Amino acid sequence: MDTTSSQPAKYLVSRNVDGFFAGISDVAKFIAQFFKEAFTPPYEYQEVIKQCYNVGYKSLSLITLTAFITGIVFTKHSRPALADFGATSWLPSLIGVAIIKALAPLITGLICAGKVGSQIGAELGSMRVTEQIDAMEVSAVNPFKFLVVTRVLACTFMIPLLVIYSGFIGLFGSFLNVHANEQTSLVTFIHGAFVKINFSEIMSSLVRSLIFGFTIGIIGCYKGYTTTQGTEGVGRAANVSVVIIMFLLFIEEMIIVQFMNWINPGM
Amino acid sequence: MRKHVSHNDNQEVVISITKLYKSFEENQVLRGIDLELYKGENLVVLGRSGTGKSVLIKIIVGLLKPDKGTVKVFDKEVDKLDKKELMQLRLKLGFLFQHSALYDSMTIRENLEFPLVRNKRNISRVELDESVSEVLEAVGLSDTINQLPSELSGGQQKRIGLARTLIMKPDIIFYDEPTAGLDPLTSGEINDLINEVQEKYKTSSIIITHDLTCAKDTGDRIFMMMNGKFVRHGDFEKVFDTSDETIRGFFDYNFIQ
Repeated sequence: MDTTSSQPAKYLVSRNVDGFFAGISDVAKFIAQFFKEAFTPPYEYQEVIKQCYNVGYKSLSLITLTAFITGIVFTKHSRPALADFGATSWLPSLIGVAIIKALAPLITGLICAGKVGSQIGAELGSMRVTEQIDAMEVSAVNPFKFLVVTRVLACTFMIPLLVIYSGFIGLFGSFLNVHANEQTSLVTFIHGAFVKINFSEIMSSLVRSLIFGFTIGIIGCYKGYTTTQGTEGVGRAANVSVVIIMFLLFIEEMIIVQFMNWINPGM
Repeated sequence: MRKHVSHNDNQEVVISITKLYKSFEENQVLRGIDLELYKGENLVVLGRSGTGKSVLIKIIVGLLKPDKGTVKVFDKEVDKLDKKELMQLRLKLGFLFQHSALYDSMTIRENLEFPLVRNKRNISRVELDESVSEVLEAVGLSDTINQLPSELSGGQQKRIGLARTLIMKPDIIFYDEPTAGLDPLTSGEINDLINEVQEKYKTSSIIITHDLTCAKDTGDRIFMMMNGKFVRHGDFEKVFDTSDETIRGFFDYNFIQ
């Protein structure tokens, strides 16, 4: 990819507005190239597995800690409001709905945006400015397939698994708090947590996490792969990746929830 | 120092460049470059930093697109090739980057195997090991095979970069500032290595440099570039046999200071 394409000298509206739409167009082309390369052999299976390890396994400790704390804190904050109505027995249901439908996908997505998105942006940015990507190209290796496709696939596969994991850890943290205060058994808690959740709601969360994973991978890769201006550019790629990913995750969350409510009003 | 070869009219032209122009925004970098590289010769492009030397070889290998002009490598116009044809052509080209561009997350073995594994999908483990050993021996760094690039010195990184280039057995090698940032002794070793590679593998090379010792030791023909144009060319003595103050200044700075 020629990364030295020059800016147009004259602007249709202004430099920033033109740049914004040019950026959207570039991302769209980048996504189109991803789908083209992802379905064209040869496939980099080993590299995908390595990236799955980097994205999934190496994020486990952070996800465990944040999900566990979220479960406990959310339970503690919710109890007084329910206690006022004598409804603390509904605490597992409230926590179940909150964590599985909303908190697990969003918190996991945001944490991975910070950890994985910035890491991908910085790694590919550094490879770009040190000419490692050019070195791949001139040795007749397709760097897009090796670097971008593998990382985007790894994020798309692993974020949903991390969401499921963080959901269970969050519920476990909540259970410990509920058990300590209301002496609720694990079986009763789990029954209560899932009683108000149906299959399509769980699928909705998984679809959301799949889209979040793709977003994290593609934006991190795009910002890193198109880095310019040396080490300053690498820092900017990492930083801007996180900001854009977080912004997009909230927008996607809103759109998907609205869409799922539209096709299934009972949700 | 190797004996420099001179070319004759019957020699095969492997790279042919005609009226090449390239600019970045308002900055005109190349202003009508004409060049021919003959089979088996070392051609040095000499000039100050920022004169467009690296841009020239990046255009030849298809990393950058020219604004105007034609670049033919083995009679194929690089700018007109589709992605697959460009990949095929690049199998015949090697490129040693200024800062080596070794993959820093991979060991030296993985760096060397990387292009080979991806271009020869059915290669056996034994063939891989043989190829890696051969090129490491050629650059004199067999004992670094399990090290990471960050554990090597600048000169060693350059050698490994060259080994990674040689492993694909290229016909043409591009050297981008091969001695930049190295001490004089290590630079001399790199110059000797460039000559050894040319003699052993019968490659043709374009060497980009601002180091006159490198140009003198390795170049069969020298092209002096200034402001995006070639201002003089010929053998080393001919290029500097001039009263032009800028060119003389270049010579004096390298050899008198």
